[in-house]
Parts: sequence; structure tokens; C-alpha cells
Amino acid sequence: MSQTVSPPRTDHPDLPGPVRTRRRLPRYAATGLYLAGLLLGAVLSALSGFNPALTVIYGVAIGTVAVYAASRAVEGTRKATDRLVTCIVVTAFGIAVVPLVWLSYTVLDRGLTRLDGTFFSNSMVGVVGEGGGAYHAIMGTLIITALAAVISVPIGLLTAIYLVEYGSGRLKRAITFFVDVMTGIPSIVAGLFAFALFTLLFGNDVRLGVMGAVALSVLMIPVVVRSSEEVLKLVPNELREASYALGVPKWRTVVKVVLPTAIAGLGTGVTLSIARVVGETAPLLVTVGLITSTNLNPFDGRMATLPVFAYYQLTQPGTATQAFLDRAWTAALVLIILVMALNVVARLISRFFAPQTGR
Amino acid sequence: MAKRIDVSDLNIYYGNFLAVEGVNVSIEPRSITALIGPSGCGKSTFLRSINRMHEVLPGARVEGKIVMDGQDLYGADVDPVNVRRQIGMVFQRPNPFPTMSIYDNVAAGMRLNAKKMKKTDTDELVERSLRGANLWNEVKDRLDRPGSSLSGGQQQRLCIARAIAVEPDVLLMDEPCSALDPISTLAIEDLMTELKERFTIVIVTHNMQQAARVSEQTGFFNLNGVGQPGRLIEFNPTEKIFSNPDEKATEDYISGRFG
Ligand SMILES: Nc1ncnc2c1ncn2[C@@H]1O[C@H](COP(=O)(O)OP(=O)(O)O)[C@@H](O)[C@H]1O
Ligand SMILES: [Mg+2]
Repeated sequence: MSQTVSPPRTDHPDLPGPVRTRRRLPRYAATGLYLAGLLLGAVLSALSGFNPALTVIYGVAIGTVAVYAASRAVEGTRKATDRLVTCIVVTAFGIAVVPLVWLSYTVLDRGLTRLDGTFFSNSMVGVVGEGGGAYHAIMGTLIITALAAVISVPIGLLTAIYLVEYGSGRLKRAITFFVDVMTGIPSIVAGLFAFALFTLLFGNDVRLGVMGAVALSVLMIPVVVRSSEEVLKLVPNELREASYALGVPKWRTVVKVVLPTAIAGLGTGVTLSIARVVGETAPLLVTVGLITSTNLNPFDGRMATLPVFAYYQLTQPGTATQAFLDRAWTAALVLIILVMALNVVARLISRFFAPQTGR
Repeated sequence: MAKRIDVSDLNIYYGNFLAVEGVNVSIEPRSITALIGPSGCGKSTFLRSINRMHEVLPGARVEGKIVMDGQDLYGADVDPVNVRRQIGMVFQRPNPFPTMSIYDNVAAGMRLNAKKMKKTDTDELVERSLRGANLWNEVKDRLDRPGSSLSGGQQQRLCIARAIAVEPDVLLMDEPCSALDPISTLAIEDLMTELKERFTIVIVTHNMQQAARVSEQTGFFNLNGVGQPGRLIEFNPTEKIFSNPDEKATEDYISGRFG
């Protein structure tokens, strides 16, 4: 049985064509029904004293039911189910976005008050009320995170290379297992680990920036390993074989063919792993502590970091409570901006370093 | 410099699975040897064992002897990397390096092995290899474009240029035309006929006309059933194989009678 395409009919233009058509709801019907639903929702919620959240909840529920019913009556069950699922998916998306928008709005609203030059140029030395800034905390976060990256990226990358290119058998399985375990370590445990390690090495009451970097590395290494491993696995085996067939030894193949091919994904993974740890508070709280002055040397004493700075501004305000709260919000805002900047960098890396296939 | 290859009592394994059994054959220098046979009978496996690419896979191993001009390729003191420098390979699917330009792809054998070369020498090598692969005129204006910007047939010729740029003695080709259109296929067949002046060529092909057109010698691989090892059933001059083969199985395969 083969289907033939019938030529267009010109003789009986009013006969049904080969494709059956069905009535459809007008284009703006769904939107209109939802607006009507919202209106009804407003009325309903007004019965018990007007409430915007309740309005939206009633409105969406009524709108969904109305769209489904209308579609079922006019377009049939298949289309109606389609519309129902579309409504549910969009609603779920909306619910997921609400906290994000709310949080961004709140942080922006409260953080902007102190987003000024002083905040970026002053430390907290001698500040008990208004003024002061987080220069020392911003620099501390940058230094400690960079140090954590310097420790984690080589270890993580080399581990991933071992797992994908060289490893086999029991050792490979053991490493994979422990990387999995490390992924689940709570961040406070990482902090306590670094704390215990340095206390054993240097005695009690030691506080160093590098301790924080070590704690962050414990969290960062498994992320780097995992993301790099996935990316290296994506490099087609044919490229490795092409290189071997030219008489290139394995290690050169890895360095000159596999890594350059995967560089975009590796860069993206590393950047995202940095973004993952830059906002960690607990491990830094127990290892690095906090100071009010600027200390740029991670091997000498306490340092300030943005998350810990925000934490203390919030929990231990002096007499001028509002000034401390404002600084905490601004520190949070700067941290969010930092993470977003890292995400943008990750995107740019994957855009610019991806192998070109353009014709 | 083309070289002669003698294979004796070769068994090829994937782990415990014997994929190819008891191959004895002599491959003549400066000629094209074609390998034909149904899918899964071990043609690729045999070809990859000649330049020791087989053992790259975990668990894969080889028993027996392959001798190239008196040198045992599987000898204890032989480095597989050196074998592969002498025996180049072209794969079924064109696989230029995606991060490299056309120029760098051709120079890859030198670059990846960190051979120091003067810029003029490299230029000359690239041009010579691309001319050798009949690709120079098509790409000479865009040597810095990525290799993946070429058409499939051009990419395969780029891979051939890359393989001959390291000046191997032997060139192995595993179904080099099966992903290409008829015109590109003809271009590559012409190229093979030119290249056999300088190299020993072994080609696996599913296309019997192609084997008949280009090769001097033809080997027919077959297997008795699934899970059985593949064997070299017959090895004879191409004319004989296609007109009056010694073995019934060969005749059946060539005339399209299977099973
Ligand atoms: N990587 C591999 N691992 C295990 N068995 C393989 C592998 N590659 C091929 N084989 C087996 O080896 C036999 C020969 O395969 P192959 O050489 O690819 O055949 P051909 O190239 O003639 O089609 C087949 O039975 C196939 O299943
Ligand atoms: Mg094959």
C-alpha cells in the first residue's frame, strides 16, 4: 500500500481537501480567558479582603479550567489536552521564576542604597556606624577564590584526563567513587577539614586565607573533575585515532588534540565551578574568619571575604543597625553580580573557543 | 619508499573473542591490494593490526607475525608509535582535526610530533602533500580556513594529504570512499593509482567494481557464521579473482550469492 499525492483539485473547490481541518479557537482566546479568570479571581479574593497573591492563584486556576473546557468544546480532546499541558507547564515555569525575580528585586532594592564609591574603596577600619565599605572583603574573596582555583583546576583537570584517557579497572572505579562522595560533602565539613588540617600542622588558633582556599578546593575539585570528564568524553575517538595513525604518542595526542578540541567546554566547566564556590560562607567562617582592615596576604592571618562580611554585618550590627543592614545587602548584591559575571564569562568562553565548523 | 609486508599465521583477538584467524599473505610494494568480504568478517580488524592501531583498544591483542622488509612489526623492541609513522592510515569517515586549519591539518604529523621545521619547508611540504592528494587547486586560496569547512570528498582528500605528509612507506585505507559521492570516489581512485608509484597501498572496500578498477591483488575475507572468526579465504591477482576464482565462496560472493 503506497500513498500517492493527489494533484490539487480545481474542479470542485468546495470538496474537503486531503487534509481534514477542524475548527480552532481564535488566536487570543486563551489570553482572553486568562484575563477573565484573573478578573474573576480578583472578585473572589475581594470577598475575603483583597489579596493579590490569592487573585493570581484563583485567576490561573479558573483560566486553566476555562481554556480546557473551551478547547474541548471547540477543538476536540487532543487539542484540549495539549492546551491543558501547555497551561500546566507555563504555570510551573512561572512558579519557578517567582523566587528568582523576587530575590533579584529585593537584593537590588536594598543593595543599591550603598552601591557607591566608598563601598568599593574603603575597608571597615574604625567604622562603627555609617560609611565604611567592603574593599577588603571583595579583594579577599577574589584572592581566596583565585587561590582555590589554582589548587583545584590542575588537580581536577589531571584527574579527569586520567579517568578518560588512561584509567581502567579498579583504580579508575575507586577514583570515580570518591569523586562522587566528595560531590556530596557538606560545605561546613570541608571547612572543618581544612581547620583540623591546619590546626594539626600549625597549632591552635591559626587563621589563614589559604585555609579557606583549601576548604573551597575540597568543594571545587569534584565539580571540576565531573565537568571536565564529561567534556573530554565528548571528544570523538576518531580524532585520537587520526592522531595515533600519524605516529603521535598518546600524551602528545592528549595535549595537542584532545585538550584543544575540548578547551571551550573545559573553560566553561572551570568558570562555573568557581561560581559554585565563590559564595560559600560556612567553610570560610571557620577557617578564614574576618577582619575589618585590608589583608591581601593569604598566608598571614585572617582575611575578609564577601559572604562572611555580609554574615557579620547582618548578625552583629552595632548601634547604627540600618547602616550595617545596608552594607550586608550591598555585599550580597556584589556577590550576585560576581557570580553573574562568571556565568557570562563561561558563555563567552564556550562561544569563542568552540571549534569552528563554519562553511 | 614502498615496502613489502609479509603476514604469517596471524590471529587477532578482542579480549577473548577471536575475530580473525590464521591470515597468511604477502603484500607487494608499489601496488594496490584490495580486501573485500561481507561486513563483520574482520577486514578492518586485519587492516588495523598492520599498523598496530588494533592494540589501542582495551583488551585487543594479536598473535603471529607481520614482517615489513625484514623487520618484525610486533617484535619486542619495536615501538608501535614508530610503526605508525611508517604505515599511515585513512579512515572510513573523514576526520580532519576540527581545531586546525587546512594548512595545520596537513602539517599535523610534523607539528604534533614537535618536529622543528623552517616555515618555508613546511609551506613546501603542505603544498606538495596537497598536490599529491589532488586538493591543492581547490584549497590554495583558503589554507587558513578550518578543515571542517570542506566538503566530504575534500575532507577525505585532506586526510590523505595529512597521511602522506609524514612520508610513510605504506598507506592503509579503510573504506575511504564509502561516505562519498561517485565523483569524489573517482577522484580518490585516480589519486590511489598515482600514489601507488610511491607507496604500498592496502584498501578495504565494499565496492567490488572499485576493487576491480584499482587493485592488482585482491583478498577475500569470509566467516562461517556469527561468532566465528573471519578468515582470508582467497588471495589472488584481481583479474583472477573476478574472472575465475579458486574458491566457490569467492565466486558466490562476487556474483552476489550469499547465505
Ligand atoms: N571494538 C571492538 N570490540 C569487540 N569486537 C569488535 C570490535 N570491533 C569489531 N569487533 C568484532 O570483530 C569482528 C570483525 O569486525 P570488523 O573488522 O569491523 O569487520 P569488517 O570491517 O570486515 O566489517 C566482528 O565480529 C566485530 O563484531
Ligand atoms: Mg570495517
